[in-house]
Amino acid sequence: MTIRVNGQQMECETGTTLLQLLERMALRPEAVVVERNRAIVKSGEYGATRLDQGDELELLHFVGGG
Amino acid sequence: MTHDTHDNDTLVIGGTALTSRLFIGTGKYGTDSLIPDVAGASGSQVITVALRRVDLANPRSNVLAHIPSHMRLLPNTSGARTAEEAVRIARLAQAAGCGNWIKIEVISDSRFLLPDGYATARATETLAKEGFVVLPYMNPDLYVARDLVNAGAAAVMPLGAPIGTNRGLRTAEMIGVLIEEIDLPVIVDAGIGKPSQACEAMEMGAAACLVNTAIATAGNPVAMARAFGEAVRAGRAAYLSGAGPVAAATADGANASSPLTGFLGE
Repeated sequence: MTIRVNGQQMECETGTTLLQLLERMALRPEAVVVERNRAIVKSGEYGATRLDQGDELELLHFVGGG
Repeated sequence: MTHDTHDNDTLVIGGTALTSRLFIGTGKYGTDSLIPDVAGASGSQVITVALRRVDLANPRSNVLAHIPSHMRLLPNTSGARTAEEAVRIARLAQAAGCGNWIKIEVISDSRFLLPDGYATARATETLAKEGFVVLPYMNPDLYVARDLVNAGAAAVMPLGAPIGTNRGLRTAEMIGVLIEEIDLPVIVDAGIGKPSQACEAMEMGAAACLVNTAIATAGNPVAMARAFGEAVRAGRAAYLSGAGPVAAATADGANASSPLTGFLGE
């Protein structure tokens, strides 16, 4: 199935969880905050969140700023 | 023995008592690995961070890894051009587990990076109702400040000069008006370039200063962080001590500190 992650199209297997996607991308779950279709996904729910065809994800993290 | 009557001087923001009145940032460091030493040298207890999309091609290390655990995180809403975007960023920052403090920045002017007072007040109102401790970055304008008070801000953060310019307290007169008229901590944010300018802001009665660029772009950021910490403490102590009177004009002559009698004679 096709999803969009930070504006980029990406293919992943049907039934993939958000946690599996983060692991595949080598991102530490505790270091990111995730929006799925404009709704925040609580950090404890990554493993239980199954992605759907057409999902739009935003993966964000803290960077330096003033 | 000296007596320091200012030992119990704390700044209370959102129910948290701070003993340091210097807030620092995490932007523009040549390497983020400097941040722990800068933080330690500054004595600061509050540090700002920004939230951005992970760059999928090049996921950088997380800046949080460099921030001492005792420090209070103050995420900003930089990048927001509207009140709605600022609210969205604030909720994401909170979801990231970084507490409920938020520095509101709503900027749609890309040349001077000046904050939009109306949008800032709207975002402040929404987030304060949700329980955020809201510290809005603002132009030092009395009416905007009053709107922010009514919106539930925990402090107001007027700019001394445009962001990142190191140009100093260009807006000193207007910041002075806010200090006189606004019953919230006035934290000077943006523009402070030298410790003397932070000291001056504190002498004027500012509650705190937020300094990022001036420290991060210094030749020796750690030593500069220490200098800013000392300047803010000195300025605060001077404010609490009450400055002596200033003579009206040089036409009045001078007023010697030493006796006016001759050295040995009459």
